[in-house]
Amino acid sequence: MDGTGHGQDPLGAHTLTAREAGLVGCRHCTRVCAATDERCPRCGGKLVSRDPGALQRVWAWWVAGVLLFIPANLYPMLITSTVGRASEATIVGGVIELMHYGAYAVAGIVFFASVMIPVGKFVAIAYLAVLVQRGHRTKPSHLLHLFEFVEWIGRWSMIDVFVVAILVALVQFDLIATINPGIAAVCFALSVVFTMLSALSFDSRAIWDRIETLSDD
Amino acid sequence: MQPSPDMVCCPVCDALHCFPADPDPGERARCVRCRTVLANGKDQAILHIVVLAATALVLMTIVVFYPFLELRNGVFDSRASVFETVMSFSEGVMAPLSIAVAAFVIVLPIARLSLLIWALGPLSVDREPWPGAARALRWAEILKPWAMAEIFMVGVAVALVKLADLATLSMGPAFWSFAAIVIITALKDTQMSKHSVWTALDTAKTR
Repeated sequence: MDGTGHGQDPLGAHTLTAREAGLVGCRHCTRVCAATDERCPRCGGKLVSRDPGALQRVWAWWVAGVLLFIPANLYPMLITSTVGRASEATIVGGVIELMHYGAYAVAGIVFFASVMIPVGKFVAIAYLAVLVQRGHRTKPSHLLHLFEFVEWIGRWSMIDVFVVAILVALVQFDLIATINPGIAAVCFALSVVFTMLSALSFDSRAIWDRIETLSDD
Repeated sequence: MQPSPDMVCCPVCDALHCFPADPDPGERARCVRCRTVLANGKDQAILHIVVLAATALVLMTIVVFYPFLELRNGVFDSRASVFETVMSFSEGVMAPLSIAVAAFVIVLPIARLSLLIWALGPLSVDREPWPGAARALRWAEILKPWAMAEIFMVGVAVALVKLADLATLSMGPAFWSFAAIVIITALKDTQMSKHSVWTALDTAKTR
């Protein structure tokens, strides 16, 4: 492993953390508090040096998110009825429909937001959780970039839910054309929320904790 | 080791730092270990944040009630405001989804802006902070990932394409204010750095 990272702190060098100094850092406002404090004296936020249940919560939300992602893809997202004819479209069906219109860029965005991002998130969170559980020799900065990317991009999966809401609100012409939401919209929205909660439960400080216990051995 | 107000703890990786003062204007202080930005040396950052948040809040009231999309094809005509959009799931089993969409698109963005103004407003005009400022500021940060106005905008764009061959679509006034809100919110977030904002609140309290 190379230590040619960046800045003043190559991997080998030791940085003092709040936990090693016998203190707790507030994650809400960056203030340093005494280990005995339960709440931050500045912002009133809960202080936790390291939450032993954090990884369990990550996995619990992760499982819930994966389970709901399955019906979200099997059941229809949109039910369109035009002059008595009803047609149902799933998430992937909607993407294919967009491609028929020739709107490849938009089809790409929807496919990326509704299929690639959720699946990528499941894989990335599981990968991070497993590595942190076992201890790892991967460069922490890489893992952090992966985590921050996952945390940032997760919300964008909601696009498809909002599209369904807009279409349903706009297209209500009784007999001529009506669009109604399908049950997959609920499943998909919940899946996105659970995956976001899973990512938020992940404690990024654990990425560094495990690598330093390894180098101490 | 005793905790002191000069010490800053990186919220991402727990590394301890000692900052006697804020960085010079235009400079940023980063965590030595994970490179997260800890402090922003920005002149009048607080004032900027408050002004931008107040602007976005005013625009938000336009957004909620004015129509933002109009659909026309000779035979029929339909208009939707953001309010109608969030109510579109309000029947039967979809009702919880309606509440969730309302929260993501309207309630949480408004709550976040109001909390920020409550916490930092008095500071921007050199007054003492209002009671509960610390709690308001903390909650504004917690709500951040759940306020999804900008994602809704992309949703509007996708819906436009989906309906393009069905009818003529035009954007109402609310559409443009929504676009403005998204840009203003993004600008505001670049001005925020946890340590700097909290230090400002601290200094205002002790004065």
